[in-house]
Amino acid sequence: MNYFAAVQAGLPDSMALTDIIFLAISAVLVNNYILVQFLGCCSFFGVSKKTDTAVGMGMAVIFVMALASIVSWAVNYFVLVPLELEYMRTIAFILVIATLVQFVEMFMKKAMPSLYQALGIFLPLITTNCAVLGAAITNIDNQYSLLGSIVYGVFAGVGYLVAIVIFASIRERLEVTAKCPKCFEGFPIALVSASLLAMAFMGFSGLKIW
Amino acid sequence: MKFKDRLHSAVLLDNPVFMQTIGLCPSLATTTSLSNAIGMGLAATVVLICSNIVISLLRKFIPEKVRIAAFITIIAGFVTIIDLSLQAFIPSLAASLGLFLPLIVVNCIILGRAEAYASKNKVLPSALDGVCMGIGFTFALILMGFFRELLGAGTILSGYVGADKLGIKIPFLYENPISMMILPAGGFLMMGFLLATIQYFMNKKKGDK
Repeated sequence: MNYFAAVQAGLPDSMALTDIIFLAISAVLVNNYILVQFLGCCSFFGVSKKTDTAVGMGMAVIFVMALASIVSWAVNYFVLVPLELEYMRTIAFILVIATLVQFVEMFMKKAMPSLYQALGIFLPLITTNCAVLGAAITNIDNQYSLLGSIVYGVFAGVGYLVAIVIFASIRERLEVTAKCPKCFEGFPIALVSASLLAMAFMGFSGLKIW
Repeated sequence: MKFKDRLHSAVLLDNPVFMQTIGLCPSLATTTSLSNAIGMGLAATVVLICSNIVISLLRKFIPEKVRIAAFITIIAGFVTIIDLSLQAFIPSLAASLGLFLPLIVVNCIILGRAEAYASKNKVLPSALDGVCMGIGFTFALILMGFFRELLGAGTILSGYVGADKLGIKIPFLYENPISMMILPAGGFLMMGFLLATIQYFMNKKKGDK
């Protein structure tokens, strides 16, 4: 079988528009990356001390996840599947994502200095953010089409943004006003409030749209 | 430093999950049962030991500028090996760990040890460092997994021991499980309470001095 025929045979089916819309809504609310699937927890707790930085990080994650979804989809269906190298997926994706982040950083520095000032410091953090690799692998495991993958990547990022911004604002209040037992000060109380937030998001799991 | 001291520091004083709060994603996501926690801990430990050995062997050949990419490639190689072998030999465990098995590659602990220790030290100490850190990580996961399964399902080690492989049933909790503990919210809550307990004892220790 030649290369083009192999590519043709490997491509996933295209998805209906309603499926894609449902995918987007569920990525933000029902299967929220942080609060339901625990993807990207390290950066979630690391950069959520201030709301401004949380917004910056969330934006950077959306941007990188959208790009990473496209690139990893292309790598999978145009390189790995036709050459029957699917077992190399983890290595290929992590390298592609690391390179992509590096490129984005260089490009931003030259072309969009103001945006770079806002998001630049978060970019290296994103390489080792499991949310990005997680989205890339989920896209392939569930056989989403290209459009589906992009939508999933973007809206999983939006879910991350929503969660981290809500959490950062709770945490800012905690620092100033909340009184808690001494042993809960700092990180433990943040985890307990994340748990309450996760409980609130559990309410969405009963969400039925159609 | 002696092996015993180092093990003590990795498991208790400097535990990667509880003290340095890194590697949180797997320790929250895969600890819904004790057997999952043990599986995840051991898989990460094997990757950590192997990658520490190889990185330490190659430390003089890897150029400074591309070291992170080189480390990630080495780690990803071992993660692929573990992923495929678990799928072949223990498919039930591989299925329940799911996405988090390939995601060992972005576990901060492994890259952190490669950068902080293995790239600067000889092979044997690096391997020992991998063993100690791996045990520390596994210990944290086991603690989380044990309490979450105990409270959330009322069993111990379900899926592997006991009648019908349902695990050791705990009389009262098995009939009235707090099923929130095995849901995501319970993961955050359990981690919060474990950290608070640790902080309580540390404060007490400081007060004694």
